[in-house]
Amino acid sequence: MAYPYVSDREVRILSKHFGDPTARTLTGALANGRYSAFKKAVDMGRDAVIDQVKTSGLRGRGGAGFPTGVKWSFMPKDSGKPHYLCCNADESEPGTFKDRELIRWDPHQLIEGCLIAAYAIGAEHAYIYCRGEFFEVSSILAQAVEEAYAKGYIGKDIQGTGVDIDVTVHIGAGAYICGEETALMNSLEGRRGQPRVKPPFPAAVGLFGMPTTINNVETLAAVPHIVENGGDWYRQWGTEKSPGTKLFCVSGHVNRPGNYELPLGFPMKELIEDVCGGVRDGHELKAVIPGGSSVPILDAAECESCSLDYEGVVSSGSMLGCASVIVMDETTDIVKQVYRMAYFYAHESCGQCTPCREGTAWVTKILKRILDGRGTEEDLDTLVDVTTKMTGTTICVLSDSVAAPVQSSITKFRDDYLALIRRGERVGVA
Amino acid sequence: MSDAKPSTVTLTIDGREVTVPRGTTLLKAAEALGTRVPHYCYHDGLSSPAMCRLCLVEVEGAPKPMPSCVTAAQDGQVVLTDEGRAREMREGVLEFYLVNHPLDCPICDQSGECKLQDYVHAEGRAHGRSREPKRVFGRDDFGGDVLFYGDRCVMCTRCVRFMNEVERDPRLTVVERGNRSVIDTFFDEGLDGTKWSGNIVDICPVGALVSKDFLFKQRAWDLDHTPSVCTGCSQGCNIALHTRDNLVQRVKPRTNLDVNAFWMCDHGRHDYEWMNQGERLEAPLAGRGSERIALGWQEALTRLAARLDEADGTSVRAVASPRSSNEDLAALRAMVDALGGGTIEFRLPMAADEDVLEGMPTLARRRELAPNHRGAELLGMKRVGDDSGAGGLDEAGAHEGILIVLGDALADQDTDFGAAADLFVMLGTHDAVAAANADFLLPISMHAEQEGTFTNRDGRIQRFWPGLQPPGAARPAWLILRALASHRGEATLPGTAAEAFAAVAEESGAFGDLDYPTVGTRGAVVPERAALAGD
Repeated sequence: MAYPYVSDREVRILSKHFGDPTARTLTGALANGRYSAFKKAVDMGRDAVIDQVKTSGLRGRGGAGFPTGVKWSFMPKDSGKPHYLCCNADESEPGTFKDRELIRWDPHQLIEGCLIAAYAIGAEHAYIYCRGEFFEVSSILAQAVEEAYAKGYIGKDIQGTGVDIDVTVHIGAGAYICGEETALMNSLEGRRGQPRVKPPFPAAVGLFGMPTTINNVETLAAVPHIVENGGDWYRQWGTEKSPGTKLFCVSGHVNRPGNYELPLGFPMKELIEDVCGGVRDGHELKAVIPGGSSVPILDAAECESCSLDYEGVVSSGSMLGCASVIVMDETTDIVKQVYRMAYFYAHESCGQCTPCREGTAWVTKILKRILDGRGTEEDLDTLVDVTTKMTGTTICVLSDSVAAPVQSSITKFRDDYLALIRRGERVGVA
Repeated sequence: MSDAKPSTVTLTIDGREVTVPRGTTLLKAAEALGTRVPHYCYHDGLSSPAMCRLCLVEVEGAPKPMPSCVTAAQDGQVVLTDEGRAREMREGVLEFYLVNHPLDCPICDQSGECKLQDYVHAEGRAHGRSREPKRVFGRDDFGGDVLFYGDRCVMCTRCVRFMNEVERDPRLTVVERGNRSVIDTFFDEGLDGTKWSGNIVDICPVGALVSKDFLFKQRAWDLDHTPSVCTGCSQGCNIALHTRDNLVQRVKPRTNLDVNAFWMCDHGRHDYEWMNQGERLEAPLAGRGSERIALGWQEALTRLAARLDEADGTSVRAVASPRSSNEDLAALRAMVDALGGGTIEFRLPMAADEDVLEGMPTLARRRELAPNHRGAELLGMKRVGDDSGAGGLDEAGAHEGILIVLGDALADQDTDFGAAADLFVMLGTHDAVAAANADFLLPISMHAEQEGTFTNRDGRIQRFWPGLQPPGAARPAWLILRALASHRGEATLPGTAAEAFAAVAEESGAFGDLDYPTVGTRGAVVPERAALAGD
């Protein structure tokens, strides 16, 4: 038992060296077998690498769950233009803290993943865009990149393979929206961090107007393992449609919060009860947000049968997102929680699209008024209607992210709202 | 088999089929059917960020409503712009706009020509549901002629994009984010020194950017709009005169893709107060010095015709103005020719440099600071004087014989101007020191008071219409000169400006076979052959 908490139910592939400070040095990384998969990838050739990733069924770990191999195959073959790889390390979703740990403990795993992906899509330059608040983590990463450059693991003629790939670590300025792929590219180009209208998609017109692939940290970190062991090896975990392992960031009212790497399809009930040691003593489960603050809230009954894979969570009425499981017990004031999330989104809205710019702030004001005991029952109808008009009407999905918790909480925890509206009573103590 | 796609696509919009060129946006395709999809951020002259989300339409088969301003029309698409989800979403977006909009229409200059008013009236909710306090930005002086009311802003960023893409002098930006976003200038200088920033007031769909010059001056619905042509330079920007109480209250650009697109420069925009100048000549005056008396037109023209007969055979010389219409100048040319022919000169102020609009290099405030020097040249008139539009009239001023001055105010000339002339006729809008020796001082209307045409620097003939009533007995110069000719039995009298224009074609061929209907509201270029003959 080391790294804050571990569980014997875990399958630790990406998180194998969490808690081991030697793994982040190049010497330690080489001892752990890093950078051998890159050589193997070059031996296999581009198409074979993409095929193996397709076979593995690896899906984007940033939230959308798009098949990674398919995404890579969208890149033009002979465009004559420079290609770019972006690694999205702007981990900003409230409740998520997996990418931070992946970089902190095993930066070379990510760098190798970037190199393989860049090789597979024919990119000459990989940009790792780190969240602005990742001071410690980005310096660890920058140091790792420097070491790898010095020893010829990045740069010209990597490990004698004749492949040239540069890696640049870029630190954002602290905007949630820069985690959206096209806003990230705008930010990286030095523009205002605002999502772009799609189409064109990044594979056609991306960073600096060139074909670009963008992947999440966890996705790229899984790539060397898939190349090393083959796509079928990766399929031994998880479900048919959601193969492999996934880092679950569990926070909130559990006894052992933390990052746990589990096969996809793991039952949520066991994650909470078994892996995380259950809801804190003397309390009972009230609600769970399974995929970061932007997905619908699940109530205790829905958690009972929820299976933690992309399809399973959808059938329970929410989304796996980036698997940030926020557990709340009965002391939680759901209205206050939802208000806090809406406030976050109103603060982080880029302000481009009207429904989001005005809607997020309006919803926040209504929730605040309800919280202050000045709400009416009509406000609930207004909230549902307003958030409906914020769904699917904007360039990116930030605005949908407010709608999900607001609508699901009003449906599932209406009593919490009514207690405030009718009697001025706050549920819970939080 | 060639896989070249056909160059057009056929789709159905609101149940009606339309065929448009491939690549046309849904917004434009709907426009081809006469359906205007509401929009803020989209503007024909700017890029499309698709961020106002007001032009969302429903496309059959698409999971989400699509922004029609950037969605290309596809073959067989079925699009709904005005019912179902599209309508519902638009109603929602309009309500979002009103969450923070101050609704200060009673004191807003844009009221009456405001797109937010129009759209909300057309399809907004009868009652807004927002009960929350509104966020407040207040007012900011952006410099130049532009005042910014932050609370009214709908954040369409047209102004920012105009400065970036068209004027290419990025002075504006969006600062902050979310609903704290606000348009701002970078430094204290703001828009000071920009030459085209007045356009951002025009393209602002609401009352966020207003003109300081027009601030609280008139209500938009009280203004009459008259199509006209800017007289500031030889570019010939199409404009509209906005008038009330027989005064020009402001000038706005009028769309003409061949000349000025949607824009006009600040120089031209603010060059209108002279049209409102008082102390106009209101009746024909005859006699020099203390003998000068006011007459009716019939008496004045009878006397003048008699004097012309007396002076027949003496040499003729005339001074014209590049601010006069083609019709006026041609009537002068005809008169001079009928009297035996003679030199016609004009003076033209010239700026040192052009002010080119970077994003549209064919548009500039040109060096020639008058609208019709090209027309004068086509009629064989010669430029004299210096670049300030002064001097060059020594010979004319000392001319013995018949001297006619049309339109030139002679501001730099002295009381001895025309003292030696047998007959000195001056047609003008104002009395002048140099008019002291005029035997006849005839009141003419200016371009804003009459119908006519100018020829711009590219030989493009453009019509303008009267927006003001001429004072007293003032008449168009072409009518006065042609009446005189007809009085002398030389020609038939044209009754309208169109006939006066037709007379030009007949006499000199300077404008080829163009006529008013052909010139229309967009103008027409002088045929090359005719232009060469004029040169």
